[in-house]
Amino acid sequence: MPSNPSPLAEVTETREHVHAALTRTSTGKEDLRELESGLDSLQSDADRKHRIDWSRILLPVAALVVMVLIWQFYVSLGVKRRDLVPGPLDVVAQMGVLWSDGKFQQSIWTSLQRGVVGFLISVAIATPVGLLLAQVAPLRRAFGPLISGLQVLPSVAWVPAAIIWFGLTDATVYFVVFMGAIPSIINGLISGVDQIPPQYRRVGTVLGASRLQMALQVILPAALPGYLSGLKQGWAFSWRSLMAAEIIAVGGTIGFGLGSLLDQGRVLSDMTIVMAAILLILGVGILIEPAGLRAHRKATPAPPRPPGRQHPLTRPVQSQTHRKSPTAAVGLLPLPAANA
Amino acid sequence: MPVILEHLGKRFGDGAPVLDDVNANINQGEFVALLGASGCGKSTLLNIIAGLEAPTSGALEVPSDGAAFMFQDAALFPWLTARENIELALKLRGVGKAERRIKAQELLELVHLGTAGDKRPHELSGGMRQRVSLARSLAQDRQLLLMDEPFAALDAITRDLLHDELERIWKETGRTIVFVTHNVREAVRLGQRVLLLSSRPGRVVQEWAVTEEHRTDAGLAGQLTGVITARLREEIRRHAK
Ligand SMILES: Nc1ncnc2c1ncn2[C@@H]1O[C@H](COP(=O)(O)OP(=O)(O)OP(=O)(O)O)[C@@H](O)[C@H]1O
Ligand SMILES: [Mg+2]
Repeated sequence: MPSNPSPLAEVTETREHVHAALTRTSTGKEDLRELESGLDSLQSDADRKHRIDWSRILLPVAALVVMVLIWQFYVSLGVKRRDLVPGPLDVVAQMGVLWSDGKFQQSIWTSLQRGVVGFLISVAIATPVGLLLAQVAPLRRAFGPLISGLQVLPSVAWVPAAIIWFGLTDATVYFVVFMGAIPSIINGLISGVDQIPPQYRRVGTVLGASRLQMALQVILPAALPGYLSGLKQGWAFSWRSLMAAEIIAVGGTIGFGLGSLLDQGRVLSDMTIVMAAILLILGVGILIEPAGLRAHRKATPAPPRPPGRQHPLTRPVQSQTHRKSPTAAVGLLPLPAANA
Repeated sequence: MPVILEHLGKRFGDGAPVLDDVNANINQGEFVALLGASGCGKSTLLNIIAGLEAPTSGALEVPSDGAAFMFQDAALFPWLTARENIELALKLRGVGKAERRIKAQELLELVHLGTAGDKRPHELSGGMRQRVSLARSLAQDRQLLLMDEPFAALDAITRDLLHDELERIWKETGRTIVFVTHNVREAVRLGQRVLLLSSRPGRVVQEWAVTEEHRTDAGLAGQLTGVITARLREEIRRHAK
């Protein structure tokens, strides 16, 4: 026990409630509750209302309108022949014609259906493969680079091979879609599992989770953000691959999709059809994307704030959590041009 | 006696021993602060007591049902709400669904978070997250609670409050707590007994009792803090070249 003369001796004479960190600083349970709730409301900003930020919607719409106006203005200057550079009104008129032909509906339906079916099959194949690779280290060492590499290969490169193997059938189109989507979904899942902070597994162990409980209650939900961004990217790649395949492989039993419509425009040298098809492909892409994005946002937890100091046992591995989040990684991936 | 450590040693691979001949007894319902410089093996010792790691030599006796554990970063699962995090601990313990709801709410109220149960961890402040984490470790319902620098990442104001809070909960629940820290003030503020662990190898070199007077008398507490700090520095100085 200490017996030195206290350097703080004078302080002891003025005894009050608050003695900095050394002693009890609150005066009872009620006081503590009040202090804590005060601190809680000061420190959490959860009560901020989530209002719709209209500028996020209005500004892009305004930009779009301006672009169309500039387009129309340029066309009305008459610098180029009208059949080479049609104006927005010509394209809209062409869409009307395509609609009454039934080609508009047919091509969207054919492509959308293929895109979705191809994507779903890709998910069904890629998910178990991705899980297997994420869990079995030697397999992953062996196949990981190959799959990352495949992601860089534009899947349109498979079209000639697919035509030779499958002819001008739907199988060709699906094959190309798979080659585009599967690697990115697998990669997304693997990076999702990799990014699980090792702490989560330790918590699972401490809480007494069995192997199965660990997989279902900890690993799977923790890997979800990476998996979802892989899915999102997989969809984008499916769609691009699909268009590429439809443009190149025309005829046979391959149905009439948006890519075929685009190619038809080229063959007929009708720029209004070409422009209409491009706008439709873009439109479908934009409409499908937010649906995926919403699901993604909802399921993605905010990245944990890096703790001030880290647990020594987990230090070497935990630096991984400071890598780019899966969401950020998607933004940095090769642009559409690389794949289609 | 819930925890008995006898000649406990630990080395990783063929490196120098991290822990060597650690001896300590911790009584039922006692609050022990385990103090030591950074890297001296505090977490390692706690992990051994928790059964997350095995000692390389010596023997230890711990409760057969294991221990609850609270980490430095709250380590809450971000995809679950505060309540669900607590309920998960209950679920993995085999508590039925209806009872889980009730128990989780009780625990939330115990840590004064009765109304924040439906928030996700990222919506909570650091102090609130640690309280949820505390509630979760209490949900494990183990007599022994191990805490590895649970307040180290918090700001000083919040930390002071959580000290009061932890003391209150300890008194209400009668847990045996081993609290690891590198902060002498924190050790004196919380522990009934402060054990000082030396560095390389880690060994319990001295211990101090902290009485009820220290809880209310800042002068006395400050004095003890000074004494312990001096002893800790002596330990550190030993390693100067
Ligand atoms: N798994 C491991 N493998 C090898 N060495 C380890 C391992 N875990 C810890 N160590 C080493 O053991 C020593 C003690 O580590 P420990 O984490 O127990 O220290 P600590 O007292 O908790 O430190 P801190 O105050 O930084 O939390 C350190 O030198 C550390 O490098
Ligand atoms: Mg530690």
